Amino acid sequence: MSAHAPPHPPRSSAVVAALIRKDLRLELRSGEAVPAMLLFSVSTFVLFHFGLDREALEGDLASGVLWVTLLFASVLAMNRLFVAERDEGGFDGFLLAPVDRTTLFVAKAVVLLCFLVAVELVAIPAYAVLLLGPSPWQAMPELLVVLALADLGIAVVGTLVGALGIRTGAPDLIVPIITLPLMLPIVIGAAQATAPLLLEGGAEALSGRWLASLGLYDMVFALIALAVFDFLLED
Amino acid sequence: MFGRGLTSLSIAAAALVTSAFALVFFYAPNDADQGFVQKIFYLHVPLALVALAGFVAGGLYGVQFLRSGDRSYDLRSYVAIHISIIFGVGALLTGAIWAKASWGHWWVWDEPTLVAFLVVFLLYACYWPLRFSIEDPERQARYAAVFAILGGAFVPLCFLSVRFAQAAFTHPRVLDASGGSMPGAMRLTFLLSLGAIALLYMTLFKYELAAKHASIQLRRLKRRLAGDETFAAPARSAAPQHL
Repeated sequence: MSAHAPPHPPRSSAVVAALIRKDLRLELRSGEAVPAMLLFSVSTFVLFHFGLDREALEGDLASGVLWVTLLFASVLAMNRLFVAERDEGGFDGFLLAPVDRTTLFVAKAVVLLCFLVAVELVAIPAYAVLLLGPSPWQAMPELLVVLALADLGIAVVGTLVGALGIRTGAPDLIVPIITLPLMLPIVIGAAQATAPLLLEGGAEALSGRWLASLGLYDMVFALIALAVFDFLLED
Repeated sequence: MFGRGLTSLSIAAAALVTSAFALVFFYAPNDADQGFVQKIFYLHVPLALVALAGFVAGGLYGVQFLRSGDRSYDLRSYVAIHISIIFGVGALLTGAIWAKASWGHWWVWDEPTLVAFLVVFLLYACYWPLRFSIEDPERQARYAAVFAILGGAFVPLCFLSVRFAQAAFTHPRVLDASGGSMPGAMRLTFLLSLGAIALLYMTLFKYELAAKHASIQLRRLKRRLAGDETFAAPARSAAPQHL
């Protein structure tokens, strides 16, 4: 028995908080993910302006463009999420620590969620200025609900796919090709739920079944992710 | 080990497929408004259903692999997904032909069943790239199992959310409460075709399993004869190389 061993392993919530602090500090100092995601989003809005040749979007088209852009931007973050762990020995350090491995998944999912929220805080106003016809403020509370559910799904699945891809030979190829079909239910649910909120003639009511489908997706994949994430670390 | 009973299974599959086709062509009535082309239904629907069931089975084998660490489950999971992808290509092609003949278009976007199947197929098309990009065989097996589990859960979710997205559909529901409102002769033929394709799947599954297993054993024997130093490591492969 070593005299230096702590009497009991640290609590999981403390571990998760420490991991989140570490990642957010890393992002604040290096600015690797969020600025790139923002630039990518705004460039994509400009691309859609020319690609679709429209001055302003509303309804289905507005919500589709928004969600496709956010999904593509989130792929950038998924690719970066575990790079420090792989390149700088973070995985080894984490595996040596006497902590539950699922904490890494929870922490990374929260970090990805923070990145998405940070991007949306700027990208959605930018979208409203650049491309969106009707004001997004008319249905902001409903929009926030949809954003929260969809971001949660993207964060959960994105973290899992990021971990799945990071130690393959070609993560930058594997992560996007798996992510796009896997997140289709999120795009369907979020785009359909958002469309009536962005109508030119005023927002219509939010439909409950899209929220239910998003919620179901989030729940199922969160449970699966908690069950299988361990196996992506075991080495 | 995996070859036992293969001969009788093959004969049974061949007999069942032949009799199912005989029923399709000589017993089942022509569809009232689609005519003869509707008979592709007896191939298309079983292919799609069996492919989806195979994807889910691949996920279940993945669970068993992660629980037991037994490499033969990795092989089973790989083979199940492999043959399901081949059946999936068949289902997409026959579906496109049927859609062209009866709806006038090769592809129809407002069909939840088509779209969901395509998305599932696209996801599973990533299975090989994923396996191929991992060199370490142990990690390859583990990551492939995680993917298979994700995919297995994704299949029902995807169908659910795509079906949600379109309220009205023209694609027939075969497995609903009314049995797709098929008359008796059609239903009998359909059920027999489904059984035949499922048996065909199982036969092919066993064949590939036996072949893969034999080549793994052969390589092991060769290595033992030639010694580890002189025997070149196998080229990187998406298929499991060890048991």
